[in-house]
Amino acid sequence: MKAITLLTSTCVPLPLENVDTDQIIPARFLKTTEKAGCGNNLFRDWRYDKNNQPIPDFVLNNPNYKGEILVTGRNFGSGSSREHAAWAIAEYGFRVIVSSFFADIFKNNAMNNGLLPIVVSEPFLSDIFAAIASDNNATLSIDLVNQTIINNASGATETFSINAYKKECFLNGLDDIDYLLARKKEIEQFEKKHNRY
Amino acid sequence: MNTIFDKIWDAHTVAIVPDGPTQLYIDRMYCHEVTSPQAFDGLRARRLSVFRPEKIICMPDHNIPTLNQDKPIRDEIARRQVETLYKNAEDFGLTCYPIGHKKNGIIHVVGPENGLSLPGMTIVCGDSHTSTHGAVGAIAFGIGTSEVEMVLATQCIFQAKPKTMRITIDGTLNEGVTAKDMALYLISKLTTGGATGYFVEYAGEAVRNLSMEGRLTLCNLSIEMGARGGIIAPDETTFNYLKDKEFAPKGAQWDAAVNYWKTLKSDDDAVFDKELHFDAADIESMITYGTNPGMAMPVNSTIPDVGEIGQKALAYMDFKIGEKLLGKKIDYVFLGSCTNGRIEDFRLFANYVKGKKKAENVIAWLVPGSWAVEKQLREEGLDKILIKAGFELRQPGCSACLAMNEDKVPAGKYVVSTSNRNFEGRQGPGARTILAGALVAAAAAVNGFITDPRTNRQKS
Repeated sequence: MKAITLLTSTCVPLPLENVDTDQIIPARFLKTTEKAGCGNNLFRDWRYDKNNQPIPDFVLNNPNYKGEILVTGRNFGSGSSREHAAWAIAEYGFRVIVSSFFADIFKNNAMNNGLLPIVVSEPFLSDIFAAIASDNNATLSIDLVNQTIINNASGATETFSINAYKKECFLNGLDDIDYLLARKKEIEQFEKKHNRY
Repeated sequence: MNTIFDKIWDAHTVAIVPDGPTQLYIDRMYCHEVTSPQAFDGLRARRLSVFRPEKIICMPDHNIPTLNQDKPIRDEIARRQVETLYKNAEDFGLTCYPIGHKKNGIIHVVGPENGLSLPGMTIVCGDSHTSTHGAVGAIAFGIGTSEVEMVLATQCIFQAKPKTMRITIDGTLNEGVTAKDMALYLISKLTTGGATGYFVEYAGEAVRNLSMEGRLTLCNLSIEMGARGGIIAPDETTFNYLKDKEFAPKGAQWDAAVNYWKTLKSDDDAVFDKELHFDAADIESMITYGTNPGMAMPVNSTIPDVGEIGQKALAYMDFKIGEKLLGKKIDYVFLGSCTNGRIEDFRLFANYVKGKKKAENVIAWLVPGSWAVEKQLREEGLDKILIKAGFELRQPGCSACLAMNEDKVPAGKYVVSTSNRNFEGRQGPGARTILAGALVAAAAAVNGFITDPRTNRQKS
């Protein structure tokens, strides 16, 4: 996992609500037994037509919008638990997703893949979309140590929450499995009293 | 003053990371072919074995064809994914029910019907509809592949403790209204994100009166309102259902288990973060009109004003605000999935179509949730009723619910589907999904139009 501390980047705006995991990566691309390659199928059916030609209207096909931050409408990532959704977004090159609301499983999956989900207020989110609409080179800055996000176009700042453990994971590029493996003895102790099933 | 959720959660808490998540012990994990290969590769990369192989059950369900299961899967990539699951199960010493095995089927149908999912357990699977198993009185929820790897390696995962919500449904359901209608009604009231961050307990007379199959349907759809899981306190219905199931405890162990399971209910003074009350009498036969399960309405209603944000969905469905869907011509019917692929769903469907004929314009896919369901419906003679009415039965699997196999609805076609998601492209690129229960699906299948199964009305 790649560490994140400070990040300033232009953004890719996707001002849609309830973007479900079937839109992020359709089920027919879940037959892979690897993580690599999911990025090519990110937003597949919005990005390419039936003949696999890029649909020019879709934001990922618009060369004016680039960056390591994806900005989306509320309730992003609802639906399936497929981690392919997080793999696709991460492999495409995003490191941060900003929304006013994330679905639970998606949020965990993102964090387990070094993709930082940041929840901001609705007004703050609207301001970001407005800033990008007036200047596609508008940037956001993320300061994970201080848990702040800055809309550099307007200067507006908001703090975001992340639990202390996950914050440490992101700052140091560590993952949960390393941590759990170090606790095997404790797990075996627990099993001695928890033996019902 | 604890909720049932608190009681089970606390009993599985190994540790709490300071300022962090709970380290939760998992009693049962199911693995299917789609969300597990990268987890097994992760174990190999770290040179790890599976920590508690006896607690893991593998079976393919997502990719498998629903015809000619005795022959190799024609889609080479799908076949490789299924074979990868078999190899992983073998390499790591795990139980696996391959395609065609009498215990194969959709994980969320197979687990409860074999007593692999029991009250008081923590149950996970790399599949959001793991919420289904909460119907037996367990904490059950979907996880990602990284978390599958954690459970394989340590039988634990890290989870932030969710908030608790109780949804109480008082009164009695109207004639012809099913658990699916109840769930679609709740999702339409709460929206698809309305229970995000919560774990839901379902309570009240209407929930108590549901059969086990109905409870499984209700808990299955918890994720569609954003909840990680749903749970129903175990009672006599639960115990009667589980007794004598292959993996349920037997003899004195059964008695001891039931005594413990009876303690698994929310205390009278339990405090929930949120409480909602509904009246069962308000619930009607439901259908969806949009591209998320929250866009649902009574079957004889008109499409409400969805505002600008809903226009994309209506454009995809080619519906209009104010339009009635009764009498709308449909092309496909799908009976099956982890939502409605159980014996009771086939009974409802068969009873409705008995003595009638499938509409000629409709292609119907009837896919039992498991081989056990398939066997049972044959024993009850339902297959004969269905065949006489012009239907054919297919072989068990997830099938058209997410169309990873060949059961894809063509672009622009309407399908009345008993599954769980009407997302764009879910049942095939461009497919238009109308979610409903088994009765509404049966009525659509014999009439060829959206029909109210209670009155057989196709017009308002």
